[in-house]
Amino acid sequence: MTRLRLAVPTLVSLFAALVFGVLLLLVVGAPPFEALSLLVEGSFGSASKISATLLAWSPLLLASAGLVITFAAGLWNIGVEGQVIMGAIAASWVARVVPGPGWVVVPGTILAGAIGGAVWALLAGFLKTHGGVHEIFGGLGLDFVAAGIATYLVIGPWKRAGVASTSGTDIFRQEAWMPEFQAFGVGWPVVPVLLGLASVALVWVLLRGTLFGLRLKSVGNNSYSSFLLGIPTNRYLLGAFALGGALAGIAGTVQVTAFHHKLVPAISGGYGFLAILVVLLAGFSAALVAPIALFFVAISVGSTQLDLRLGLDSAFGGVLQGVIVLFVMFGGAFAARRASWSRSTQEEP
Amino acid sequence: MRQGKRSVRLLMLLVVFALVAAACSSSSEETTTTAAGGDEGTTTTEAAMPGEGFKFGMILVGPENDRGWSQAHYEAGKYIEEMTGAEMISLDTVNPADRPETSVEQVVSDMIDQGAQLIFATSDDMKDGIEAAAAEHPDVPMIWSSGDSAWEEGEAYRADLPNLGNIMGKMTIGKAIAGCAAALTSETGNLAYVGPLINDETRRLVSSVYLGAKNCWEKAGNDPADLNLEVNWIGFWFNIPGVTLDPTEVTNAFFDGGADVVLSGIDTTEALVVAGQRAAAGEKVWAIPYDFEGACSEAPEVCLGVPYFNWGPAYLDVAASVMNGTYERQFQWIGPDWTDINNPDTSMIGWVNGDALSDDAAAALDEFIAGLGDGSIDLFVGPLNYQDGSTFLADGEKGTDVQIWYMKQLLEGIEGASSSG
Repeated sequence: MTRLRLAVPTLVSLFAALVFGVLLLLVVGAPPFEALSLLVEGSFGSASKISATLLAWSPLLLASAGLVITFAAGLWNIGVEGQVIMGAIAASWVARVVPGPGWVVVPGTILAGAIGGAVWALLAGFLKTHGGVHEIFGGLGLDFVAAGIATYLVIGPWKRAGVASTSGTDIFRQEAWMPEFQAFGVGWPVVPVLLGLASVALVWVLLRGTLFGLRLKSVGNNSYSSFLLGIPTNRYLLGAFALGGALAGIAGTVQVTAFHHKLVPAISGGYGFLAILVVLLAGFSAALVAPIALFFVAISVGSTQLDLRLGLDSAFGGVLQGVIVLFVMFGGAFAARRASWSRSTQEEP
Repeated sequence: MRQGKRSVRLLMLLVVFALVAAACSSSSEETTTTAAGGDEGTTTTEAAMPGEGFKFGMILVGPENDRGWSQAHYEAGKYIEEMTGAEMISLDTVNPADRPETSVEQVVSDMIDQGAQLIFATSDDMKDGIEAAAAEHPDVPMIWSSGDSAWEEGEAYRADLPNLGNIMGKMTIGKAIAGCAAALTSETGNLAYVGPLINDETRRLVSSVYLGAKNCWEKAGNDPADLNLEVNWIGFWFNIPGVTLDPTEVTNAFFDGGADVVLSGIDTTEALVVAGQRAAAGEKVWAIPYDFEGACSEAPEVCLGVPYFNWGPAYLDVAASVMNGTYERQFQWIGPDWTDINNPDTSMIGWVNGDALSDDAAAALDEFIAGLGDGSIDLFVGPLNYQDGSTFLADGEKGTDVQIWYMKQLLEGIEGASSSG
């Protein structure tokens, strides 16, 4: 019953967001239904489109799964973006220096990405637990530092011979690329998708079926009472940071070894920030993260077609994503207010 | 009360969205008029146009209306549409910062899916992407502008990509003219250059500015020791907040440091805009933009002129060769049409004088251009040294295309980072 009560306003809000999107398109003078069908066609219309969508889905899944963990611990982990970048940097380092065949290098890049992301998250964690710096500020600051380091490496120590440009390092040797599975004439990002789905499953199981998860949620709900009940709060907070950061870091690995095949300054693709929207929309639930993340990347990937075919600015995709989140949150708040209002009127007489 | 405030805030957000949408609409209108223009072209000509039904893709690194590099390519695409009735499929701002989930390979595949039979990848930054795409679609002719992958004598020749050609303009000439105009105008002799990133192309262009400036500075009877050219590199072809240096700040720093003419080497027009603002505040400063014929319009009162690319004729030749089945990949490094460097149908490199160029300077500049055209002025002749004092061209040695294309450092006398070490 409560589930249904929650689902109805969400669906209504989604529908309202869609109507708003259509109105926007009409204002812009674009054919709304053609535009919407182009979004779908652009993200799922052919084997190569589906492959591209899945490739973008994977890092978003990983980053979102990491965020679910830290949100469960009651942390506003705005530093995901930086953790993705540090994962990408660590993975790039391995891809550049570790010799040997793919089955050595590729797992190495994944491990490195996890470590890079975890270390960066723990920095924000220690700043919180030992320095009293709120994780929003610590995380945001570290985001900028990570972006700065990536840019410095690209234009500095890792630059191409004879060139100093922020456009990217040399392409990694083929062995360091995440392997693709060839089918239907396209390469499929099987490894990234498996990593993404595994991360969501891991987080789901962890939060639902383990003592760690139970305690973590208890820390998230009321850290002071949990502490009084004997849970080592700081250790759980740092554990959440480390795990969340590791998953975000692997998202960085995917970005460098499966998509760009080199390090670029904008390596995170903004997935760290997009993941926050995904998790908010998913109501912090791991199970909902997968479909919502898919929906979001489909809009991102598909919106290129709006530009190519209709001459619309593809920023429209981002606007649509933002509108959806706003409407759903507004709808949720509205439903909650109505519920409390009806309770209070029932009590009055 | 709190709730009320919150809904007001939401409403404001929605208004912002609507404004954004309205802003987007202007660019969509532009595109529709483009299409209409193409149709008009076909109806006014009685005979069917050769490019009827032919589609080509145009991939731009920056915005199609940047009044610089990307717009120059976009206009060339429109020129092909106009001349042949072909249809352009264009996508702008193709770079990892603006489109993180899109790669050049994906864009090329999309365009081919839409029927494109020829692809233009118009940035140095697209090297990896267009080489991969060319390997993936070996039957589709492609052009990587400003690249050297099809140059047999070059250092990055890709014999395995027989469908990928290169086109570049000899902007060394345009930049020399710009340098000359700057030197003829400067009162302090302090010139400055807002550089994009450091590579073969940009080293060659900054060096050309210096050679042009030196020639005209000395011809005007000034002391060679008083001429300075300083360069600062922002890190990419245009401003990416948080990643590159801000070209507005770089330009302001140049003027603060005593420069009175700033030349732009980036895709966009910040240097000119800043010069306009400072001139409005009473300073005697000038600027020279780059890339696009109409670039001066951002601040005509301080613009000395602009060296620009006219990609249309060269792109049209390639498109025509693909249409009639005679396409062969080539490396082309094309100079101006010396009979009229501003002829839109023949000249790859042009220069238009700006409003701020004095009549005397314009006359001296015309003489300089004529000298370049008839060969009486040849700037790349030794003795010329690199910044570290090593020899670039020995006494009397004439620089070959390969030597000039692949300059290893900036020339002696230029201040600023020269290579990436």
